[in-house]
Amino acid sequence: MEWLVFAPLAAVALATAVSVIVLRNPIYCALSLVGTFFALSGLYLLLQAEFIAVVQVIIYAGAIMVLFLFVIMLLDVGHEPPAWLRRDRPKLVLGIVLISLLLLELAVAIGSRVSQGIQGPYTSELVNAIGNTQLVGRLLFTDFLIPFEITSIILLVAIVGAMVLAER
Amino acid sequence: MVPDPAFFVIMVAKIVVVFGLMLLSVAYLTWLERKVIGDIQVRLGPMRVGPHGLLQPIADAIKLMFKEDIVPQAADRWIYLLAPTLALTPAFISFAVIPFGDRIRLFGRTIDLVITDVNIGLLYVFAVASLGIYGIVLGGWASNNKYALLGGLRSAAQMISYELSLGLSVVGVVMLSESLSLVQIVNAQSTAWFIVLQPIGFLIFLICAIAETNRAPFDLPEAETELVAGFHVEYSSMKFAMYFMAEYANMITVAAMATTLFLGGWRGPFLPPVVWFLVKLFLLIFLFIWIRATLPRFRYDQLMRFGWKVLLPVALANIMITAAFVAMR
Repeated sequence: MEWLVFAPLAAVALATAVSVIVLRNPIYCALSLVGTFFALSGLYLLLQAEFIAVVQVIIYAGAIMVLFLFVIMLLDVGHEPPAWLRRDRPKLVLGIVLISLLLLELAVAIGSRVSQGIQGPYTSELVNAIGNTQLVGRLLFTDFLIPFEITSIILLVAIVGAMVLAER
Repeated sequence: MVPDPAFFVIMVAKIVVVFGLMLLSVAYLTWLERKVIGDIQVRLGPMRVGPHGLLQPIADAIKLMFKEDIVPQAADRWIYLLAPTLALTPAFISFAVIPFGDRIRLFGRTIDLVITDVNIGLLYVFAVASLGIYGIVLGGWASNNKYALLGGLRSAAQMISYELSLGLSVVGVVMLSESLSLVQIVNAQSTAWFIVLQPIGFLIFLICAIAETNRAPFDLPEAETELVAGFHVEYSSMKFAMYFMAEYANMITVAAMATTLFLGGWRGPFLPPVVWFLVKLFLLIFLFIWIRATLPRFRYDQLMRFGWKVLLPVALANIMITAAFVAMR
């Protein structure tokens, strides 16, 4: 049963992700990325992580990508062909080498099962019993309080920095 | 687990009824708006088609359907065609999690009067609402018209700015009800409506909601005097109608959200729950129309200053105060 939902979502995620890179018009690229976010959100739902699924849509599709579109439209970015169509030999070679390395690394990581890590106490039954929004909230303000606060400060610094640069 | 076939029948029935009523209300909201504004301006409003112009929305719909459908030559064809749908869909699907009545018993079954009760219902509505921007921004861009583009960009800036305060204004409600499910939020208001406990939250929600639906006095994206008609200047026929349907559907959704979050949802004495829900909904929508007829449009810098320097700090202060009370309880 799960495959019936997973396969189309994964296919959409991959197809849209590829078109982000391949398409020529930057607006189309941005929209493809929105498609990817939706497919990912669907995958999160399949894993019964409703909170993350919805936050993914609110933050990425609803806020960040709208700003991307905003900037692309304001700057009217030219419709220049992507690197792989420009026949820029050195960049093409470098790209192929890097992607091969990445794929190799992924294959090794998946093959060696290092990435599986240790099974924590939070199985999906437990998460659903508590409710995943409640659990995320509780953990953020107890076990992960300091990383959480540090992240907020980093974001705050970034905002202040942007203001300072813009005021110049 | 084999799902009960009756479950599907009930589900489809609920969806059909809600969707149908929504479409009908959207059509008749245009009539109501013209009538109310006519009244306020000492005019009659539509009178010719049917008694008191009651058939006007149907006449308008038929007219719009048979109008010539124009796609500008320099437009980005695909996105131009897609954009009105992108505006309309979110406006309609967000109603799926809003409870419009208590549990009822029908043919020996208990039926919840909500299409589906999701445990993150509130966030779902925000997620869907934030997608409505795409229809407007993309429509403005794809038309390949300077006015339309400016309207689209204004709308994006406005919605992002006000979405923030909108989200923060309901945090108090979430803290008090300890849930993101709209059904639970309504249940938490059995003793006192949240408008009593969260008057500031309600006010901010209402202001931001009007801004989110792009209605006067926040209708800068379609400011006629400066932008001709804004993002939909190139649209004609049914696609033009779809933008308007989206605006009115959004109005209904936003009013329904305000009812659910702050006015006790379907709760109320004497009358049946569904009636209470509709009465509150109607009063809020009437208020929106009244505001449109009363207030002049904001200037762009006023709009931004108000959103960021007034609404946002007040919403944050509201959260702090509510948090202090919840912690002391």
